[in-house]
This record gives sequence, structure tokens and C-alpha cells, in this order.
Amino acid sequence: MRKVKRKLAIGGGLGALLIVVMASPAMAQEELEPASQFILDNLWVFIAGVLVFFMQAGFALLEAGLTRGKNVSNIMMKNLMDMSAGVLAFAIVGFGIAFSSNELLGGWFGFGVGIEGVESTTPGGLLPSTFFFFQAAFAATAATIVSGAMAERTKFKSYFVYSFFITALIYPIVLRWTWGGGWLAQLEFPFSDFAGSTIVHATGGWAALMGALVLGPRIGKYGKDGRPRAIPGHNIAFVVLGAMILFVGWFGFNPGSELAADEFVPQIALKTLLAAAAGAVAAMAINWAKDGKPDVSIAANGLLAGLVAITAPVGAVETWASVLIGAIGGLIVVFSISMFDRLRVDDPVGAISVHGVVGTWGTLSIALFARYDDAFLGRESAGLFYGGGLDQLWTQLIFVLSHFVFVTVTAGLLFLAIKATIGLRVSPEEEMAGLDIEEHGSPGYGHDPHLSLGAGAGAAVTKRSDKEPVRSEGEGKSE
Amino acid sequence: MKLIIAYIKPFKLEQVGEALRSAGVSGMSVGDISGFGRQSGQTEVYRGAEYEVDFVPKVRVEVIVDDDLATVAVDTIEKAAHTGEIGDGKIVVLSIFDAVRIRTGERGADAV
Repeated sequence: MRKVKRKLAIGGGLGALLIVVMASPAMAQEELEPASQFILDNLWVFIAGVLVFFMQAGFALLEAGLTRGKNVSNIMMKNLMDMSAGVLAFAIVGFGIAFSSNELLGGWFGFGVGIEGVESTTPGGLLPSTFFFFQAAFAATAATIVSGAMAERTKFKSYFVYSFFITALIYPIVLRWTWGGGWLAQLEFPFSDFAGSTIVHATGGWAALMGALVLGPRIGKYGKDGRPRAIPGHNIAFVVLGAMILFVGWFGFNPGSELAADEFVPQIALKTLLAAAAGAVAAMAINWAKDGKPDVSIAANGLLAGLVAITAPVGAVETWASVLIGAIGGLIVVFSISMFDRLRVDDPVGAISVHGVVGTWGTLSIALFARYDDAFLGRESAGLFYGGGLDQLWTQLIFVLSHFVFVTVTAGLLFLAIKATIGLRVSPEEEMAGLDIEEHGSPGYGHDPHLSLGAGAGAAVTKRSDKEPVRSEGEGKSE
Repeated sequence: MKLIIAYIKPFKLEQVGEALRSAGVSGMSVGDISGFGRQSGQTEVYRGAEYEVDFVPKVRVEVIVDDDLATVAVDTIEKAAHTGEIGDGKIVVLSIFDAVRIRTGERGADAV
């Protein structure tokens, strides 16, 4: 611990944790002792993993806020279980498929007990346990994205089965092809996705698309004229709090993906911050101009869109470009949400747009704006705007298209299989009464009808035009 | 004795209550309700899509008064709840047969 690179002690965000006194300026340029670097790297990636796990809280609140109070227990339980079951599935099966050195089918799959060798404590580089912890947090993120898009109408046990398979098989195979060194990493111009705009977010986003498609829209989402009707969420404070927790968690997601405590970490954090801010402002401005008033939840989606967009290119692009990439993410998300609404894909939280569509944009933006060599690129100035030509664009297109096809086909088959066996959707009666009591035994907000109705407006919306008995037993008592 | 029931805009409740007290009304009951009248709900926008709120939130105020105070009480509510905008609400007046103060057993006007 004697020789410490100055910017590291500060930039790693670990200065306070280490009793490190600034060395003389002459020493500032020297490398850390390997032992110190080993501790710093592992500690930083661990803390980043904790931040990524905290994003689960953000997703839970965001999704709860954007849906009705009569389903709040259900959405919370889905978030709790896609993380918990997901981590186990990833440990037992997924991690081995993604990263094991035993290759099957020419590297298309790995093989081995997931956490084999994870107890090693040999110093040097990231410990297997640190790496697993961080990767498990990412797997849980990919899994949980889907719960919001399938909210308010999915059987809990069916969702539970889904969350096992996405973290055991679908996401790990995507990992194998990419960060696991598989075929997309072996192309002449390898794919690039620094922290997972496509690998993590679009995996969740496209699985969410298939889930919403197989399920169909919620009762009352479309009027007799076929036009989409809003079903307002029950707590906008939850929505914004959730988005802000996700924002904080992203400073583990992106800077942690450096997988080391080095001098690039602060730059990654800076670009992540700027893109998020640009996404929120852009989405608000466009939504305001388009619909007359700035919708709070759309602005929150914009913040997340900025974050998802910058996740892939954050290492490769210049700082100014991160603002532009985030702002375009915010622009895309507003129109994408309206588009899916009109296409009768009922996504109550905008997960398909935020994570699938904007994740794809972020991944493609590398082909335009890549200046630095980073994340598998293997060369400087690979971006079109830096004279890199179209090589990277083809690779990124192959990447996002093959990923899209793989995830939509596998997730689609999974949801269809669940639908054909144990069923995917609850009964109309249960859907209208809310899932909390039928699926989990008791309502999320107790038996006060005013609270569990929170619902109120949303439940009432469906009424007249659909001639469905929308008022459930609980609702009738509200006077 | 008269039972006066007023359906008013929720944010007008405080003014109505104060005005009734000044007019000498000694008690009132209040409840949160929702419903529609000629306005027939309202349209709002959420995440870029419109939706109709079929049942608009209102407050129901109930006042029981002697016959000689009834006109004043109705006028007071009307004035205090008025905005001139759509959805100001309604006031209805009903005759009541009897009233009982549960604590003392008083009947009729004495109970009010």
C-alpha cells in the first residue's frame, strides 16, 4: 500500500475505505503493487455488484407505481422471486453455460456446474466469487425487466417458471456468445457492448415483448374502437423513487463493468451521468410537445432510456457523444411507448421500449460514435463518424439481429410452452379483482377499499365502454 | 326539519364548512364519494394515451337543520361551493320525519 496512483485512490471511489495517504507527485505515475490492485479491484467490483443488486429495489418500486394497487403484492413478489430464483438458477446452470472453459458445440454453449471453482481465493485479478457476484446481479437485472411488461395479468407460478429459464438458459447463452468469448467475440470485427445494452437490457426487453404478446393486453386497455386507453398506475411517487434508485444503481452497472478499479472508472461514471440527464430532459421535452403536458412517468422512463442507451457505448465514446446518445434514447422511448401502445402490445411500464428498443439503439450507437478502443473493439476510431467505415456497423447489426431472433424465439417458445401447460394468464375475474388475494392470499394494502382501489380511476376506466363487470366485490364497498 | 345534501367539489369543502358554521349550522356530516353528472366524467392523459375518469371525486355534505334555517343553509352552501365551472355539483333538500339524539334520547328539533 505504499505506492498508490493518485487518481486511483480517488477515482475508484474507495479513497475513504483505504487508509491511503497521497504519495508524492513523482510516485503518482507509478503502478500499484499487485496486492493492492487486487484488493482494490475486488472491493470495487463487489461494491458495484451491490449497487446493481440495489437496482432490484428500483425495478420493484417503478413497476409497483406504474400498476394498480390491487396488484401490488403480486408485482413485489415477482421482483423478489425473479431475483432469488434467478440467482440460484444462474449459480446452478447459467454461470457454467456462460463462462465455463468446457465448450460444447464449438463454443456455442459452455458446460459445467455453475459455480465450480468459485471458492478459490488465489490472489490476482478478480476472484471467481467476485466475478460471480457481479454477474449474478446482472442476470437478476435481465430477468426482472420482464415482470413489468407482464404485470397485472400473469399467473405467479408461470412467472416463476419463466424467471428460472431466463437465468438458467436464455441469458447465459447470450452471455456465452458475447462476454463469454463466443462467436460474436470471434468475428473479424468483434461485437461491442460494454456493460450490456443488448446483452442484459435487450435480453430482458425482448423477452418482455414476447411475454406481453403471448399474454395479450389487460382487460380494459383497448376500447371498442380499438384505441389504446390509459390505465393509470397507483403511485407516481414510487415511480420516481424507483427510477432514481435505478439511476444510482447504474453507477455500479456501468463503472463496475470495467471489472477493475482503474482510471477509466470515473470517466464511465461521468458519461453515464450525462446520458441519464440528457435522456430525462429529452423525453420530457418531446412528451411535453407531443401530448401537451410533461408526464412524470415518461420523464422517469426517459432517465432510464438515457442510462440503457449509454450502457453499451460508455467506454468507447467521447464525453459529448454520451449526451447525444442519451438524448436520442430519451427521444426514442417516447415514440416507442406510443407505438407499442397502438400495436396492442400492452406494456404497463414501458420495459420493452426502455430496455429492448433503446438498448438496441445504444448498441448500434457504438458503430457511429466509437472513438476509443474498448470492450472487444480492438481498434481506435471504429465509429463511422471517426472514419471507421461500416465494418463495425455490420457487426453491431449482426449482433443485435441475432440476439433479437434468439431471444424472441426462445422466450416466445418458453411462454407458449408455459401457456400450453400450466397456463400463463389469470382468469378475467381474478384479473379484475386484482391478483393479490387470489395469487398470494391477502391484499397489499390491507382491506381498506380506498387503498386497494388506488386502482380507483384505472379500474373505473374500463367500465362503461366495455360492459364488463369491472367493479370487483372489494370495489363495490368503497362507499 | 330538513336534510340538506350537497354534492360539491372536494376542494370547496373547507369554505362550505366555514360558511355553514358562520350561518349558525351546528353540525354536518361529510363523505368522500365519486360519481358523474351532466359533465359525464372527464378525460385525462397518462403516458401519451387518453382515459376517461367516469367517476369524478366529489364530497357529499349532509346537514340537518330546522325549517327556518333551511333556506339560509342552502343559500350558504350554494354561494360557498360556487365556482361557475362545470362540475360544481348539486344541492337537494328533503323533509325528515324525526331525529333522535342518541346520548340523551331527545327527539325532533331538540335533537338537531
